[in-house]
Amino acid sequence: MQEEKEKYRRLAALLEKYHGKAGELINVLHKAQLIFGYLPQKVQICVADALGVPISEVYGVVTFYSLFNTEPRGKYRISVCLGTACYVKGAGSIMEALKENLKVDEGGTTKDGLFTLESARCVGACGLAPVVTINGNVHGRMTADDIPELLERYRKEAKE
Amino acid sequence: MKYQRVHLLLCHGTACVSAGSEKIDEAIKEELKKYSLEEEVRLVPTGCFGFCAMGPVMLVYPEGVMYCRVKPEDIEEIVCEHLLKGRIVERLLYKEPDGKERVAELSDIEFFRHQRREVLHNCGQINPEDIGEYIARDGYFALAEVLMKRSPQEVIDIITKSGLRGRGGGGFPTGRKWSYAKQATGEIKYVICNGDEGDPGAFMDRSVMEGDPHAILEGMSIAGYAIGSSQGYIYVRAEYPIAVERLEHAIGEARKTGLLGKDIFGSGFDFDIELRLGAGAFVCGEETALLHSLAGRRGEPRPRPPFPAVDGLFHRPTLINNVETLANVPRIILNGAEWFAGIGTEKSKGTKVFALAGKINNTGLIEVPMGTSLRTIIYDIGGGIPKGREFKAAQIGGPSGGCLPKEYLDTPLDYDSLIELGAMMGSGGLIVMDESDCMVDIARFFLEFTQDESCGKCTPCRVGTKRMLEILERITQGEGEEGDIDLLKSLAEDIKGSSLCGLGQTAPNPVLSTLRFFEDEYIAHIRDKRCPAGVCSSLLRFEIIPEKCTACTVCARVCPVDAISGTPRKPPFVIHQDICIKCGACQAKCPFGAIAKV
Repeated sequence: MQEEKEKYRRLAALLEKYHGKAGELINVLHKAQLIFGYLPQKVQICVADALGVPISEVYGVVTFYSLFNTEPRGKYRISVCLGTACYVKGAGSIMEALKENLKVDEGGTTKDGLFTLESARCVGACGLAPVVTINGNVHGRMTADDIPELLERYRKEAKE
Repeated sequence: MKYQRVHLLLCHGTACVSAGSEKIDEAIKEELKKYSLEEEVRLVPTGCFGFCAMGPVMLVYPEGVMYCRVKPEDIEEIVCEHLLKGRIVERLLYKEPDGKERVAELSDIEFFRHQRREVLHNCGQINPEDIGEYIARDGYFALAEVLMKRSPQEVIDIITKSGLRGRGGGGFPTGRKWSYAKQATGEIKYVICNGDEGDPGAFMDRSVMEGDPHAILEGMSIAGYAIGSSQGYIYVRAEYPIAVERLEHAIGEARKTGLLGKDIFGSGFDFDIELRLGAGAFVCGEETALLHSLAGRRGEPRPRPPFPAVDGLFHRPTLINNVETLANVPRIILNGAEWFAGIGTEKSKGTKVFALAGKINNTGLIEVPMGTSLRTIIYDIGGGIPKGREFKAAQIGGPSGGCLPKEYLDTPLDYDSLIELGAMMGSGGLIVMDESDCMVDIARFFLEFTQDESCGKCTPCRVGTKRMLEILERITQGEGEEGDIDLLKSLAEDIKGSSLCGLGQTAPNPVLSTLRFFEDEYIAHIRDKRCPAGVCSSLLRFEIIPEKCTACTVCARVCPVDAISGTPRKPPFVIHQDICIKCGACQAKCPFGAIAKV
């Protein structure tokens, strides 16, 4: 609860700087998402009020862009690159292996809240294809066989 | 300044950072300290060398020796052997795929020998976070020249005469775009750099933003002077954190040194630049969608005209150019329009940067004169196809482009020849495919992408791409019907002709182009229910070859669904097709090669 309050305090401080600046909506949403990890309805309302934008428009923007989330994400965000270079080098089978291991579908979060599985559109590290990123850390030249060990490393890290 | 006898250039492009450059950086600093070499050796973090397949890449000057796939553990040896004793560490040198000889110097490596690096001339050579290094390589000289000696019209004339065309995809003449923006009436005008490089498999613009950010700022300033604008915006994908960081840093440095801001070079010309981030929407690369996104709204396109040159950002006249286009501008001003027009083909001038990826030995970023053939790019620069497989097609231009089969390996690549072949330059992503890639599946892959990224504003794109995707999914699942090909063709023509923006107008291209060159593969899927490349799993069967099976039980143990049965040491085992999910695990693990994909 205390933590939640602190987050809203940080949001208020952020919104102060952008009061009435409708053109900064995307920028503000990026920053708000950094604070909360996602954009719940309440946060969207706060942003709408501060910037002087209708709430419908804020919701419209949040749902238009794929980087904004309205649901909480796992501690580790796994992103499988499905860009062309990774695809022709077998990214599809890596995605399948992850789905099987984590027992979630694309876009889903594991029950323990540890992992969220997503797909990405080209990280631009095509030389390392196929690529998986976990919280922004790139793991290159992956095979489906590497998946269990990789996940185990993160599970262990989370325990510590 | 102290005399430094050695410069160590370490690539800090996204691919090399991903492969661990930062850890190498730390290791070098530690070793240099250990041997008290900090004063003598300078460590320069650079942008992308282009040789991503061999990353992390390190160059040692003055010799110009290149070390590949360097690991933190290798640093001690490099410092002791190379820096202290002057002996090259042979085992880390690059080895050509065909030969046994290791090559020390950059200029001797086939990958670099056939290139002409103009836009990329600073990438991998300078520290992008040090404005001094950019200036030392004639940076901002072009801006000084136009502000001191040229009128805005003269600048536009130079760009027009050079023949430079937009590098973002369409290939519109840049000089003409600039003069439209100049002629537009209005007190306030904007210059926008489009860095929303969304094509999957393309990373040219990212490398320029990361490796040579000041070239973009300089190009924008020159454009601003030419059209009479004092404010620029760079729109970058949020997926490119390193590019964002370096551009931010570069803008800060340029402001501090007075190269951005008020009264630049005492000429009375004001120009400033701000950075804006995207939020993950491919359609924002389209210029009218980009304008909406820059203003903080949903990135949906609108009909043109009015063109942005007349009615753009905040309804003011706006010039929008791609990253690579702008990075060409300072070079053209310094070297002259004739120099630029002397490179390339009759209608496509200059060089083009391509991102080379897929089934190719030397993945990376390359730059060649316009008109270079695919054969040179794939075999001389790219080092050919791995595992001795055969070239099947090159996909150019991403989701808007098409595939070129091997009959066109010798066609000179330029804007017009590609359009004629049903492909398109696009931004320059070049994905190589070999015999193990199914062209129907590739077409489905791109349609899935455009369908997912369609903004939904206009019906032909929103619904049309969905229907095309459904047909392609059916075909790849073995449920294709006679007449599907004609249906795909007629849908494609309708979508091309009636979509609102470039995304929809070009979305059917991957299907049309694979149909043009690989119609037999479509027919094999539809009529014979067969995938010749062995990709589409619904059309595959795994079978055990009785003569080769030794009943070792390995396959039965790896099968995730228990679809294989048999008695140990009594061959052959059998795969039950009704249970098999075609994952291929058995084939991969069989020690005797006794499982065939048919």
